[in-house]
Amino acid sequence: MFEINPFAELAVTVPAGIMQGFVTVMIALVAGGTIFDIIHKGSAKYFFQRWSREKGLKQRDPGFDEKIASVAKTTAHDVLTSGEFCNFKRRLAHLLTMYGFIAYAVATAVMVFSYPTKDIATPAYWPQIWWLGSAMVCAGGYWFWFFIRVDVAAEGNSPFRVMRADLFVVSLILSTTFALIWAYSQAVGASYSFVALALYLIATAVLFGSVPWSKFSHMFFKPAAAYQKNLAHLNGGRNHLPAPVDKPATLGKPERHGHNY
Amino acid sequence: MPTFVYMTACDGCGHCVDICPSDIMHIDPVTRRAVNIEPNFCWECYSCVKACPQNAIDDRGYSDFAPMNHKVRVLREPEKGTISWRLKFRDGREKNFVSPIRTTEWGTIKCASEYEAPDASGIDGQELAHEPDYLKAEGGLRRISTKQFKKHPIAKKSDSSLKAAE
Repeated sequence: MFEINPFAELAVTVPAGIMQGFVTVMIALVAGGTIFDIIHKGSAKYFFQRWSREKGLKQRDPGFDEKIASVAKTTAHDVLTSGEFCNFKRRLAHLLTMYGFIAYAVATAVMVFSYPTKDIATPAYWPQIWWLGSAMVCAGGYWFWFFIRVDVAAEGNSPFRVMRADLFVVSLILSTTFALIWAYSQAVGASYSFVALALYLIATAVLFGSVPWSKFSHMFFKPAAAYQKNLAHLNGGRNHLPAPVDKPATLGKPERHGHNY
Repeated sequence: MPTFVYMTACDGCGHCVDICPSDIMHIDPVTRRAVNIEPNFCWECYSCVKACPQNAIDDRGYSDFAPMNHKVRVLREPEKGTISWRLKFRDGREKNFVSPIRTTEWGTIKCASEYEAPDASGIDGQELAHEPDYLKAEGGLRRISTKQFKKHPIAKKSDSSLKAAE
């Protein structure tokens, strides 16, 4: 089951061209939604306004090598490993969801476009990546939803209380959940596989079609904000924040690794 | 003036929601970012400003504390045990302060439910429940005999005038 391309199996009843068209529309919706988001909310405008304000605060001009080192550090710490999260559980859940989604999305696109029918043999690792990615999204997503989500953990609300801020995470979790149910039901020949497929397509269309109203585009904006923040720290502007303490021992208090919050 | 949140910097972790003593920092239902829902009730304790790991919360200071709208920014470095303040005035002057973190470390305070239920006879005593352990006063609370009390000058005067009247 884990080595079978579910889209090639589906191509027996649904033409591969329709599946490829659906994926193309989803990609176009993400691109269009992000551009609409940038224009409508003025995200880029405010981002560059802040960038120019930060330039006015700078106290030194870092060298090219320092900038490269800062960009590399931000990429490794903030972008690739979600280092901005101070809560380890939240960071782990985010990493599971992020890498799971990338694996799931890439494997879907590769299988739909490169191995659309049974006539072209699909390497076993692509379906495996697809299954693993979907499972990772579900693991990280449900963990976040029921235990880590701030509405539950800090606000004390019920995990079943849904609001507009949940649009992205709910559609993402449902998309991958129905994807797994559909692939499983199709592999075992269950009669409900088309119901699962319909729910899978609806959840996926909501996920990619709701970009202007959901936080889908945070995956583009957040890295940009992290680069800006770390470059501001590098040039001394630091967004008005004080400089880090260099000699805490002079305060007569030993260094400690506990946390006050 | 109350606290406000830089939406691009906030990651919705909820630390400010947990720590706000006025329970006015909440999570926005549309953006899932922190928001001060009742600015009138914010008394600028700076708890959320200091707790925010992203330094995403700022404050518009009252004029007695922040004359001419100077900017107050805080950097908490718990691994160093320090908290730094930077005050920037509108005329360009700047003041920087560093002080040790004096608050009790997270998770080290024993909550009331972790103590044994107090005995009913304790109602007749002068101490509150779980004292002196709760106050970490080794050897019990310090007691002062009433003989050691000093009499207030007005009380002394009224005593003497009463005696004269007699």
